[in-house]
Amino acid sequence: MTSEWPLYEVFIRGKRGLNHVHVGSLHAADDEMALHNARDLYTRRNEGVSICVVRSVNISASSPDEKDAFFAPSGDKIYRHPTFYEIPDNIPHI
Amino acid sequence: MHEHFDRTIERDQRIEPRDWMPEGYRKTMVRQIAQHAHSEIIGMQPEGDWITRAPSLRRKAILLAKVQDEAGHGLYLYSAAETLGSDRADLTELLIAGRQKYSSIFNYPTPSFADVGVIGWLVDGAAICNQVPLCRSSYGPYARGMIRICKEESFHQRQGYELLLTMMRGTAAQREMVQDATNRWWWPSLMMFGPPDAESPNTAQSMAWKIKRHTNDELRQRFVDMSVPQAEALGVTLPDPELRWNSARGQHDFGPIDWDEFRAVLSGNGPCNAERVARRRTAHEDGSWVREAAAAHAAKKVAA
Repeated sequence: MTSEWPLYEVFIRGKRGLNHVHVGSLHAADDEMALHNARDLYTRRNEGVSICVVRSVNISASSPDEKDAFFAPSGDKIYRHPTFYEIPDNIPHI
Repeated sequence: MHEHFDRTIERDQRIEPRDWMPEGYRKTMVRQIAQHAHSEIIGMQPEGDWITRAPSLRRKAILLAKVQDEAGHGLYLYSAAETLGSDRADLTELLIAGRQKYSSIFNYPTPSFADVGVIGWLVDGAAICNQVPLCRSSYGPYARGMIRICKEESFHQRQGYELLLTMMRGTAAQREMVQDATNRWWWPSLMMFGPPDAESPNTAQSMAWKIKRHTNDELRQRFVDMSVPQAEALGVTLPDPELRWNSARGQHDFGPIDWDEFRAVLSGNGPCNAERVARRRTAHEDGSWVREAAAAHAAKKVAA
């Protein structure tokens, strides 16, 4: 069907100072309608101060199947965490 | 892969859209989410008729907001179903072709304004009982949708109960309307929890997959226990002569449910089944020129 509207993913900034967070998806004919529909669907009770929408086909995501290979490189680098370093108890403010 | 799935469920973690999942799990989730979405969409109809007939501007505004919420809930759920590879347009086609079900409760008529109140109190109350545990359902997008829905359902139930309290403070005729609506909706509300555990073949698997957290009978009992004091405070009688507190069980006993009626309504022979689906089909077909025009307009803007 040619009149099929594309799928959009919706991201909402809950309040100033926070990141936009993914809340769900919707269908719309174009970007402007996607924003309006997102407002009506996801912010009926002041849930947001700003909305981002993006066509779902434009999102690339890592696959859970390759999770191990994808995230393994950071697993053994424990020296990236502050707790790796032993500091004597009598050193203040560190 | 299967082992990874089982371990994720076992550790009470959520399954996410791109994870591998058994075909049965995917099918069950699609069926459950689609039925739930359809219920929200069809659920706009019984109360929708009262928007123009509500007795005050306040009641109209409240009811309009409530019915708009039902539309929103339907869309959150279609959105969740789409993460499993279903297409929203296909699901609508299945609904209007009568090939996918929705909650049998929405096939009952709403002849009086008290029905709006009782739907909020009992039907949405039963829905909340069912839905709160689904906020911890194992499929991530469904559970997240349910969290949003549950927050909004609380408004639905409270506006209904407040409406009834107002009517009960009115005339004898208004009190009679509330009692009559309670009589008609009580048993169908108990049927909303589904068949008894002994006859619910899907329950065991759904519990093992942590899609469901409680059995139908457990949730039904919880709903009865919650509703009894609410009915007392309201001043209505629940239409069940066998309903009484059982101190040994610490729960209420209640009379047998007419499961023949439940099966009849579910299989299409309720008072309003044909009307509800026909109306949804008409709305969908009447809207097709709008969808086509908007798509044509969008295509033209891209070309320009």
